[in-house]
Amino acid sequence: MNLSEKRLDKDGINYHFIPTKKFKTVNIVMKSKSRLDKETITKRALLPYVLEQGTKRYPSEKELMIKLDELYGAVLTLSSMKKGNEHILHYQLEVANERFIENETTIMEEALQLFYEIIFEPNRTETGFNSQIVTREKATLQSKIEAIYDDKVSFANQRLIDNMCENEIYSIHTNGYTEDLSTIDGENLSTYYDSVLASDDMDLYVVGDIDVQSMSQQVTNVFQRPTYEVDETETSEEIQKRDTSQEIVETQSIQQAKLHFGYRTNCTYKDDDYSALQVFNGLYGGFPNSKLFINVREKHSLAYYAASRIESHKGLMFVFSGIESTDYEQAKRIINEQFNLMQAGDFTEQEVEETKELIISELKETMDSAYGIVELMYQQVVGQKALSPEQFIENISQVTKADVVAIAQKVELDTIYLLTSDHGGEMNE
Amino acid sequence: MNKTKYEAIDETVMKKTLSNGLQVYLIPKQEVTKSYAVFMTDYGSVHRSFIPIGEEDEVTVPDGIAHFLEHKLFEKEDRDVFSDFLKQGASPNAYTSFTKTAYLFSTTKSVEENVEVLLDFVQDPYFSDESVEKEKGIIEQEIKMYDDQADWQAFMGTIRNMFHHHPVHIDIAGTVDSIQDITKEDLYTCYHTFYHPENMTLCVIGAFDEASMMEMIEANQQEKSFPTFTNVEKHFPEEPIEVKEKDSIIELPVSIPKVTVGIKEAAYTLSKEEFLRRDVYQDLLLDYLFSASGQFYEELYSEGLIDDSFEYSTNVEKSFSFSLISSNTREPEKLKERLFEQLLRINTISMTEEELETIKKKYIGQLLRSMNSLEFIANQYVYYHFADLDFYELTAYVQEITLDEIHEFMQQWVNEEQLTVCTVKSS
Repeated sequence: MNLSEKRLDKDGINYHFIPTKKFKTVNIVMKSKSRLDKETITKRALLPYVLEQGTKRYPSEKELMIKLDELYGAVLTLSSMKKGNEHILHYQLEVANERFIENETTIMEEALQLFYEIIFEPNRTETGFNSQIVTREKATLQSKIEAIYDDKVSFANQRLIDNMCENEIYSIHTNGYTEDLSTIDGENLSTYYDSVLASDDMDLYVVGDIDVQSMSQQVTNVFQRPTYEVDETETSEEIQKRDTSQEIVETQSIQQAKLHFGYRTNCTYKDDDYSALQVFNGLYGGFPNSKLFINVREKHSLAYYAASRIESHKGLMFVFSGIESTDYEQAKRIINEQFNLMQAGDFTEQEVEETKELIISELKETMDSAYGIVELMYQQVVGQKALSPEQFIENISQVTKADVVAIAQKVELDTIYLLTSDHGGEMNE
Repeated sequence: MNKTKYEAIDETVMKKTLSNGLQVYLIPKQEVTKSYAVFMTDYGSVHRSFIPIGEEDEVTVPDGIAHFLEHKLFEKEDRDVFSDFLKQGASPNAYTSFTKTAYLFSTTKSVEENVEVLLDFVQDPYFSDESVEKEKGIIEQEIKMYDDQADWQAFMGTIRNMFHHHPVHIDIAGTVDSIQDITKEDLYTCYHTFYHPENMTLCVIGAFDEASMMEMIEANQQEKSFPTFTNVEKHFPEEPIEVKEKDSIIELPVSIPKVTVGIKEAAYTLSKEEFLRRDVYQDLLLDYLFSASGQFYEELYSEGLIDDSFEYSTNVEKSFSFSLISSNTREPEKLKERLFEQLLRINTISMTEEELETIKKKYIGQLLRSMNSLEFIANQYVYYHFADLDFYELTAYVQEITLDEIHEFMQQWVNEEQLTVCTVKSS
């Protein structure tokens, strides 16, 4: 595997340099991590929108965008996401590698400086972020919160998690809450951002055709974290399991019913049987020759998509399918049947081997994208376990059929959620 | 094998037209682990009326058939081809657009073997009455999935507003009703007419040995025989330049209305020069008018008329061209008016040299960025090939555009009769 990661911890930032000739651009990514918390989530969700509106030197979105255009259409992406019980602010700047552009030698330097400013020198004064901008961006976030309703698959997934993890940290919505938005202003948002800069865990990645030696010099010259303190407090929580699985049915005026299942895998990234879980998921619903695809779609023509995926840090697995509302009972029966057959070991060694190959191939493909590389490397930070891609591949190749059966038996169905049409049928609420 | 080296971007392409007419492009890239192949036919949902190969009379086939055919090619008498790929560590896929059908895979091993599977399955159709019936249920659910997607409904709604007769106004997958009429005989008719090697292109990109790959492809093709190709007449009904509907509303359960403005640019056969000019100039001009670094965007944003869903794109094909600008908005009427105004003043604006340089720079930077993706390169390479153009020559072409040329284009790009708006909102 031709991927090397050089690490360097300096002044409260963990640097990761990943030299590769695969790309014609350089990606600079900052990951800023904190515990997922209902109290702060709305502010954290709002921050990417506000920070995108400018820096001290480029104090409006327009000026910032003009600067990006000058850097050969550099692309800035600010976003936030949750991974398990952690919340991550994601800053990314992708810029053309000056090696491929004649007579250009300062693009990288300018890009690094700009990236630093976006994070550490946003457009704000002693009284905080500009209140007009904050008001405007609160409206943006408000739309975002509401927009989940427009994407019925995401909506169904959120409703599943709302019900399944009701009193758990994981159920906190990534985009925050409308009722908390009204309490945010330029001043308290700025105070909160100070605490992000002071106490979030920060990891910075540089991926591209770079010289590690000179790049690490260049980056650490620009990046200095003014003040920082490492927060060592670990909060733990009780997982709220239920004795028997629950079924939730909700309605909307839609054309196609969305059927989602939520399972507890009782296994996370840190655990030794995590690689067996990957294989289990691949065989159950991860690929287009999986049990769910073959049985729900190919054999019974009930759906266009029927798939499963795992959440690695909390220990969950989800199944998704879009079906005719009248086929609910049949689809549910087939999905449950396939799950039981997996637990009973009703699959061949051959299928296990093929699935392992697919997972390994998928991983290698991920490493052909800069974003994929960063996400893969950052998994280890969030999962608190060093697991190089080489080791990961090795672990997958060691998985046996018995391992897959063992993990299948650890997985428990928790909640079945159906979003169905509100015209006709006895399922009206 | 013809080898072209593109010095500026440090890429090499091997080209060869095989004796059966198949066009092959190999793009070796030794620094990646992955390889990607796409086998594409110049046939999509708009090709609904045609004279079948070896016949004399024109037929019109049920809507959605190109997409249906794409689904069915994966199924053989004894197996599903998906597993052939998956067993060799490759992930296969396929897509149908208005004008193309593509079969593809990505893999990190056994590239040659997988290319062979790709060629063989696409060139060996097996359709039965039973399997055609079975597929109808699956595609019905695919259509209904799109029915619930507001973005897709807005896209198709805008296109329906623009075109009176051109079949681009028909949904790619057809309708739940239209697919019921599809038979295995229809599938064979379309297959034999449009899947002739003369009408197809194969592009393989990634980590492989190009000489051995080309040898394998040629040997594979020599073993197969195809009927003599008669050029398929791809003609379309006459289409006026003005839009069909100026305005339409689609009701869906959404939290915030969505406005899409469409510019109907052409509905006739474009020469390759015009194709290229429209493709590049329209892209540059949309960016000039609507980019987030521009004055207009800043105004709309600060007035709260748009949010970060704001986007624009141009779509140029051999028989039509249109551009779209869309956003979620709380004030659909007002946004529509502002977008129309901005578009209609384009022939009064005078662009400066600096502005042109900036948008060119941005275009080139983003092209380089998109070249990080093997999938993107291969699909674009073939897309431009079908238009008789070379994707890798785009950067050079863009660099040479002059201010006079762009001003001339700005003069005639948009007239009011070419504009339409489609609004998606809840009732």
